[in-house]
Amino acid sequence: MDYIIEMLNIRKEFPGIVANNNITLQVQKGEIHALLGENGAGKSTLMNVLFGLYQPEKGEIKVRGEKVKINDPNVANRLGIGMVHQHFMLVDTFTVTENIVLGSEPRKGLSVDIRKAEKEVAELSKKYGLNVDPKAKIRDISVGMQQRVEILKTLYRGADILIFDEPTAVLTPQEIKELIVIMKSLVKEGKSIILITHKLKEIMEVCDRCTVIRKGEGIGTVKVNETNPNELASLMVGREVSFTTEKQPSTPQDTYLSVKDLYVKDFRNVNMVKGLNLEVRAGEIVGIAGIDGNGQSELIEAITGLRKTESGTVSLHNKVISNLSTRKVTQSGISHIPQDRHKYGLVLDFPIGDNMVLQTYYQKPFSNKGVMSFKNVYEKAKSLIKEYDVRTPSEMTKARALSGGNQQKAIIGREIDRSPDLIVAAQPTRGLDVGAIEFIHRKLIEERDKGRAVLLLSFELDEILNLSDRIAVMFDGQIIAEVKPEETNEQELGLLMAGNSTEKAGAE
Amino acid sequence: MKNRRFLLMLALLLSIGFVLAACGSSDDGESSGDGGDSEGSSEDGEESSEDFSVAMVTDVGGVDDKSFNQSSWEGLQAFGEENGLEEGEGYDYAQSDSEGDYTTNISRLVRQDYDLIYGIGYLLQPALEEVAEQNPDTNFGLVDSVSEVENIVSITFKEQEGSFLAGVAAALKTETDKIGFVGGEDGSLIRKFESGYVAGAKSINPDIEIDIQYAESFAAADKGKLIASDMYNNDIDVIYHASGATGNGVFAQAKDIKQNNPDEQVWVIGVDRDQHEEGAIGDDNVTLTSMVKRVDVAVNEIATQTMEGDFPGGEVVEYGLEDDAISIAQTNEDAMTEDILSEIESWKEQISNGDITVPSTDEELEEYESSL
Amino acid sequence: MFTNRMINILIPIISVILGLLSGAVIMLIFGYNPIAGYGALWEGAFGDSYFFGETIRMVTPYILSGLAVAFALRTGLLNIGVEGQVFVGWLASVWVGVAFDLPMAIHLPLAIIAAAAAGAFWGFIPGILKAKLGVHEVIVTIMMNYIALYTTNAIVRHVITDGEDQTENIADSASLASTWLAEMTFYSRMHYGILIALFMALVMWFILNKTSRGFELRSVGYNPFASNYAGMSVSKNIILAMMISGAFAGLAGAMEGLGTYGYLASKSGFTNIGFEGIAVALLGANAALGVVLAAFLFGILKIGALNMPTVAGVPTELVEIVIALIIFFVASSYMIRWFILRFKKEGK
Repeated sequence: MDYIIEMLNIRKEFPGIVANNNITLQVQKGEIHALLGENGAGKSTLMNVLFGLYQPEKGEIKVRGEKVKINDPNVANRLGIGMVHQHFMLVDTFTVTENIVLGSEPRKGLSVDIRKAEKEVAELSKKYGLNVDPKAKIRDISVGMQQRVEILKTLYRGADILIFDEPTAVLTPQEIKELIVIMKSLVKEGKSIILITHKLKEIMEVCDRCTVIRKGEGIGTVKVNETNPNELASLMVGREVSFTTEKQPSTPQDTYLSVKDLYVKDFRNVNMVKGLNLEVRAGEIVGIAGIDGNGQSELIEAITGLRKTESGTVSLHNKVISNLSTRKVTQSGISHIPQDRHKYGLVLDFPIGDNMVLQTYYQKPFSNKGVMSFKNVYEKAKSLIKEYDVRTPSEMTKARALSGGNQQKAIIGREIDRSPDLIVAAQPTRGLDVGAIEFIHRKLIEERDKGRAVLLLSFELDEILNLSDRIAVMFDGQIIAEVKPEETNEQELGLLMAGNSTEKAGAE
Repeated sequence: MKNRRFLLMLALLLSIGFVLAACGSSDDGESSGDGGDSEGSSEDGEESSEDFSVAMVTDVGGVDDKSFNQSSWEGLQAFGEENGLEEGEGYDYAQSDSEGDYTTNISRLVRQDYDLIYGIGYLLQPALEEVAEQNPDTNFGLVDSVSEVENIVSITFKEQEGSFLAGVAAALKTETDKIGFVGGEDGSLIRKFESGYVAGAKSINPDIEIDIQYAESFAAADKGKLIASDMYNNDIDVIYHASGATGNGVFAQAKDIKQNNPDEQVWVIGVDRDQHEEGAIGDDNVTLTSMVKRVDVAVNEIATQTMEGDFPGGEVVEYGLEDDAISIAQTNEDAMTEDILSEIESWKEQISNGDITVPSTDEELEEYESSL
Repeated sequence: MFTNRMINILIPIISVILGLLSGAVIMLIFGYNPIAGYGALWEGAFGDSYFFGETIRMVTPYILSGLAVAFALRTGLLNIGVEGQVFVGWLASVWVGVAFDLPMAIHLPLAIIAAAAAGAFWGFIPGILKAKLGVHEVIVTIMMNYIALYTTNAIVRHVITDGEDQTENIADSASLASTWLAEMTFYSRMHYGILIALFMALVMWFILNKTSRGFELRSVGYNPFASNYAGMSVSKNIILAMMISGAFAGLAGAMEGLGTYGYLASKSGFTNIGFEGIAVALLGANAALGVVLAAFLFGILKIGALNMPTVAGVPTELVEIVIALIIFFVASSYMIRWFILRFKKEGK
């Protein structure tokens, strides 16, 4: 068998932990090979070893059958290995072409021959069906397009082994579909792809083979057409995982949250929420489905006090809370699991323990007459860390050092622990692996069963269908339909989200 | 009178210096040990120069300010040479980077047993007085300001007289009847320059326009250049600066103009030292003249007196035209024509005779102007 | 072998050593004897109790201006305006010291509080501009420095005095100077302000690390979005942080006004106390204790340096170069960190 890349028995240590232990990854020419593992399993470390950013303590790397020593990324580039990073490394104010040639500009005398570069980029783009405008500025194009620019960057440098690091985490469902087409056409042209992911659906759809690692150990490689998602999940997590969280039918009680005729403007002063009405009752989970950019973020921010409303009201227990300060809103009994946990959810440079009291630090027992008792803070943190299974060396570890899943568990622990009446959960499982998703889903349902109201915002239809007791479809700043999850399916929801009315969707 | 005594002393000292040098005895380092009581030892009048040490503390301009700090230092160097002293042993300076350093520097020199310590510039007055009161056995000299402390001698100059003559020169030289004055920090000292200059210029032409600007610093060449550029743009063709290192900017601007157009008539009148070299640009020179204030002579003279045991503590020693400690430089022979020189000479005579009392404050100037 | 904490302590120390070594090399290149040079520096800072007193005198305002910069940095703000806040603090303290005749128990605290209040006010302006209008504090504070300089000059000349260059001396009842300290140190200008400075370092540590207000201030500094999410008022905290920072700077001015000089003279340029504060804070890693230590180092270098020209013939400019080199090495701590890590790796 011809392997284009072989990483044999790789071991990589960091102070205190073994990030990779005895991992073997063999990629055949012309295949899409998945590298599957939970967050923190060691996928990125392994790829950084391949890319020359880390040196392994043990093991060897072969490229096209020859043993190589990759000690910096330039070597990797020369060997034809290219990486499409999860966080794009693009200069916003430069054009697509400028970004692509950055660092290896074609020269004409002393100046950069940008014309020639543009032509080359256009040709590459056409060949692989990427459909990128070489002259567009990065800041003017969508995230999906930016990702294609990253792909072009590696192709321009002559890569024929492409590593995709969690490429779908930032994409919309439509963009994911397009990316899959692109990956298939790349393979058809003779490229080989390593896809780092923890999304089983994608693996099933696009990959040929899949190597699983768990907690730094290589578990094995399986052929995708000989396996199924359940098997992959249990290989990855190390135990049986259920994809649909078990729950009892809801028994909704009094109306907790009531939004009436709400208008909210965004930062550009454009109305994003336009006369929206919504109710959430105690003991139910209401899911908001919709395509990003239809006013969901503004709605959430208006409810949680982060954004002023234009008109209309938000009330909790019949008391108007719109346009109160964030602190007043928090005190009135709302918890908020924010969409962007790094930007809003955590102070990354604070210890995780300090983050556990981000809203309550001024209250007893954490503060007394303005003087803090960190003893009490860390006691609280320790109990939350234990209860919510936050994996961290200690409560003094900086939040930044935790993996995404553990950061999210910490936030959820903090928010639920405040015993709120309403939990607003915006994309609570974004970018997390199945184990963490399962845990978070279970917690949200538990809270519902305790009689709390839950408002869920998610772009993952699976999650919406799985968790919600009621689904409100949001389009262009309004709720255009409410459906029961058991009476609908992804296809119908997709059409509704695109702005088709219920009747029409039902007719199709 | 003063001058003759000075020369006599100089001759005496030189001979002592030669004798000592011939002997070749050099016990450096030991000399400072018993130097603290120069007043006591002066009684017997046989003190050798080797025991005497003198130092100065600059203001923030530094010893290379091409102005009075530098001039003072040249005076001390001359004194050292005349008396066979070595820099760092018999005479030295301490440079101040900020006004916080004044006291520290003066105190440090006291602690290093210097017999006479000069504070150069009125800015050092508070610091000098403070340290002088703490150390009544050490002698201090204050240049450009008047102190009443017993062990400080105040050295002042009749800058207004020299400035008067500078004003005469400026008024005679200008073709536009517009002249300028750039001061350093506003205060009674620089007002003396300003008053004398204005009085001199108006004595020649009562209708002359005089633009007066203060840079608010003695060390801001950039501001000096900016002010000069404004003035020259407004048809002013002669600028007198009394602003220490700030004046370097005035020179720079004049030279820039000259460089671009050698036919342009722009002039600078220098201050404190003969600033002829600062004005040189190619074959031209923008320095019309300089109001020379021989701080070096004064510093040297007082040091010599003190070494002789004749420290004029508590006194104010004032130098003026008659002592040749204030004069008008004649280095630029092309620019200072016969006419100008003879005119200056006649005004100088009138001042020396006491026919004219040159104003030194704003009030006196007003009085003088109304008498014209 | 090296924990993170140790690396954080090691970096400034290595920077200082590298700075001193490069200074020695430069002295050698220019033909001076570095041992004599540093000997003179040491003598000039600690040679006898006079120099020691002067060193302490110099350290005192450096501690406070360093704290001012460090406090702002810890709350995510770059206060370049410490220099101006020092000026207004100095002015306020001297004004109170000159204008009133009160018993010391009232007069001295009043003068000190006036300085802190003036500094706080000078910090409040850029604070509110940043909080309400989003104007960057660096630009505003730089400009406020000039406003402070020329305004104080004008007030000294035309309001407090009648055209004089400097104010009268403050009343004894407002003075921090002490005959006892002065006599003990052969008339150095050391004064009781050092106690205030050290106490303030403690205050800064307490505010930031022990109070809920400090928790908020740090949180806003690290992540204003998350702080807003958590219900903290970002704009209120920005204003408060600038005011506290300004108050520290104002106190540095009071040290000069009530301690070292006892008067305020009109100035042709900046005192540099505030600007040195930036370097002190950087070297002290923005921690209270670090700032105190860094201030001592700067004071020693500054005062000791005055001795280098007369004793060892080394020009003062060279000492400035050494100080600049130390800052350079701290600023390039990344480089040093890299070396330590590398060393650590190879040590294994």
